[in-house]
Amino acid sequence: MKQESETEMLKEYAEQEYKYGFVTDIESETLPPGLNEEVIQFISKKKGEPQWLTDWRLKAYKLWLKMEEPHWANVKYPKIDYQAISYYSAPKNMKDGPKSLDEVDPELIETYNKLGIPLEEQEILAGVAVDAVFDSMSVATTFKDRLAKKGVIFCSISDAVKEHPELIKKYMGSVVPPTDNFFAALNSAVFTDGSFCYIPPGTRCPMELSTYFRINEPNTGQFERTLIVAEKGSYVSYLEGCTAPKRDENQLHAAVVELVALDDAEIKYSTVQNWYPGDKNGKGGIYNFVTKRGACRGNSSKITWTQVETGSAITWKYPSCILQGDNSKGEFYSVALSALKQQADTGTKMIHIGKNTKSTIISKGISAQNGQNTYRGQVMIKKSATGARNYSQCDSLLIGDQCGAHTFPYLDVKNKKSHIEHEASTSKIGEDQIYYCKQRGISEEDAINLIVNGFCKEVFKELPMEFAVEAQRLLEVSLEGSVG
Amino acid sequence: MLKITNLHASVEGNSILKGINLEVKAGETHAIMGPNGSGKSTLVQVLAGHEDYEVDKGEVSYLGKDLLELDVNERACEGLFLAFQYPVELPGVNNTYFLKSALNAQRKYRGEPEIDAMEFMDLISDKIKLLNLKDSLLKRPVNEGFSGGEKKRNEIFQMAILKPKLALLDETDSGLDIDALRIVAGGVNAMKSKNNATIIVTHYQRLLNYIVPDFVHVLVDGKIINSGDKTLALELEEKGYDKIIMESKA
Repeated sequence: MKQESETEMLKEYAEQEYKYGFVTDIESETLPPGLNEEVIQFISKKKGEPQWLTDWRLKAYKLWLKMEEPHWANVKYPKIDYQAISYYSAPKNMKDGPKSLDEVDPELIETYNKLGIPLEEQEILAGVAVDAVFDSMSVATTFKDRLAKKGVIFCSISDAVKEHPELIKKYMGSVVPPTDNFFAALNSAVFTDGSFCYIPPGTRCPMELSTYFRINEPNTGQFERTLIVAEKGSYVSYLEGCTAPKRDENQLHAAVVELVALDDAEIKYSTVQNWYPGDKNGKGGIYNFVTKRGACRGNSSKITWTQVETGSAITWKYPSCILQGDNSKGEFYSVALSALKQQADTGTKMIHIGKNTKSTIISKGISAQNGQNTYRGQVMIKKSATGARNYSQCDSLLIGDQCGAHTFPYLDVKNKKSHIEHEASTSKIGEDQIYYCKQRGISEEDAINLIVNGFCKEVFKELPMEFAVEAQRLLEVSLEGSVG
Repeated sequence: MLKITNLHASVEGNSILKGINLEVKAGETHAIMGPNGSGKSTLVQVLAGHEDYEVDKGEVSYLGKDLLELDVNERACEGLFLAFQYPVELPGVNNTYFLKSALNAQRKYRGEPEIDAMEFMDLISDKIKLLNLKDSLLKRPVNEGFSGGEKKRNEIFQMAILKPKLALLDETDSGLDIDALRIVAGGVNAMKSKNNATIIVTHYQRLLNYIVPDFVHVLVDGKIINSGDKTLALELEEKGYDKIIMESKA
């Protein structure tokens, strides 16, 4: 028999390059590396911010100076030199901001095309409004008019600061305060842009809102900030998808996402993350230290986080829900893949405060090659949360024998009239499963995709249709290096 | 169609097949019988290409190709189908989706266009009746939570969809009650044509009452010690393996 051995297959696929590894040649205006008060003032001035925001940033910066980088996560990486990072970069010829796609740098459009996300097509076909962030500055915002008719605000954070300062003042930092953690403080000090979304009372947002993030400048940390506010009885589904060009030096990404759901409001936040994971030796790749949190402030409000995490060298991410309102619901659906030398420490926190609050956690961790995948989740039932319920399910799938899966569920229950269920499983893709598929004519690679997709099905079905397809494709691309 | 010449194979250094010679022509049904541990399952696994089985010596020619040079999925795409003795469960993988992926992989290999959803559903509803399978099994994950009989019927159902040129049935009768056995045999018989061939591996003669073989071979200790027509199976049933072995040695 001339069968390729597992290791040969593995080697062959592992040598395939990251498909989205290219650098767009656009003149950028970039600050030299380093962080101090002047840098923060520069950013604030550059963006034409009011004094209160400059002060807010400076306050966060001072807090950050006193904080220490957290090291409790199950990840290892070289020490980050925060003075070696440049904190501002914007595409130069975009200063005034384009009025339509025609005004957008063609090379930028080409970049999106390479990623398979042509904006024009999305406008026409998908009916998705796109607030595309290229490095730190918004370059194209679409469908604004249609959204405006419904009273929906969907714009960059920078614009929102100018046009809706009362909303920003009221809500920014109200879910993730600068004091929250080291990376949140850093983000608060230096955030450059991001999205703002406001759904007025009783309004169902007429389309899925979507933002594509992309990191492009060498050594530029990305500090995005997203704020979504859903007023009473409103509904919004928000999609966030990312790819990044190939790069040798590690890039720091410390975003903050805040969601606020008032009475009877519902927010669905879906992420497909495919940042450069580094090469097979663990060189390069994005450090993804993100703070995502949603507050179900109103009664019967609901927040759903769905994430498909296939990229980044290091992932440190715990999209959480504070279930404050009575009868509010929090959901977390996650697929996290660690291949190559990727390390992911991800999970969620469900904090039950209101009565009869419910939370669901479905986590699917996939480890391949030398990847290390950790689920870390906390379910906290406060004394006030009578009738609270949680269901957690954490499954791990191992591909090959050089990878690892770890599960750290934390429970903190202060109310006896609450109910918690936890299920966990770890399985390995069996040789016999692959053999069975191959005997029916399916290639080894497709067999693994089939089995992995089966494993992730419960999460994929939570994603909006077009995103589910993309997520599946991303998983396939990411697994190309891990057959065996 | 298939010509096995002096085939020797081993598992983890233990020699199991010790010189198999067998020729199967299109339109024929062969039964391979033998006691436990004689190498029946090893033979079908070697033909299917399981990597735990090492071919030490010999040749296998299949449709003019060197079968042993082909990867498992290439053999399948060339029309070789193995009905597993223990069908494998694929949690979360929808049975219909799995089968469609398999069929399209094979069509792609042969340079045919992919089958469209409507055409595929027609094909399925036709064959599912043949195997008397519940529609609900199509929506469930492959083999997960299936009863023993359902798993075996599902194998033959897959076979009916994939239409192999050479089908290997590995102990397909084990664990089947008499009604299920009839259904499975009926499914296999319905597929029989002058263009395809079947090799049935079994302990017992009873399956052969329903699928009548043209040839019966007795496999003992890695070698075919006796070949004949369907009456050999009856003789085996009557006398037992020991006696046949004794006679063939004499």
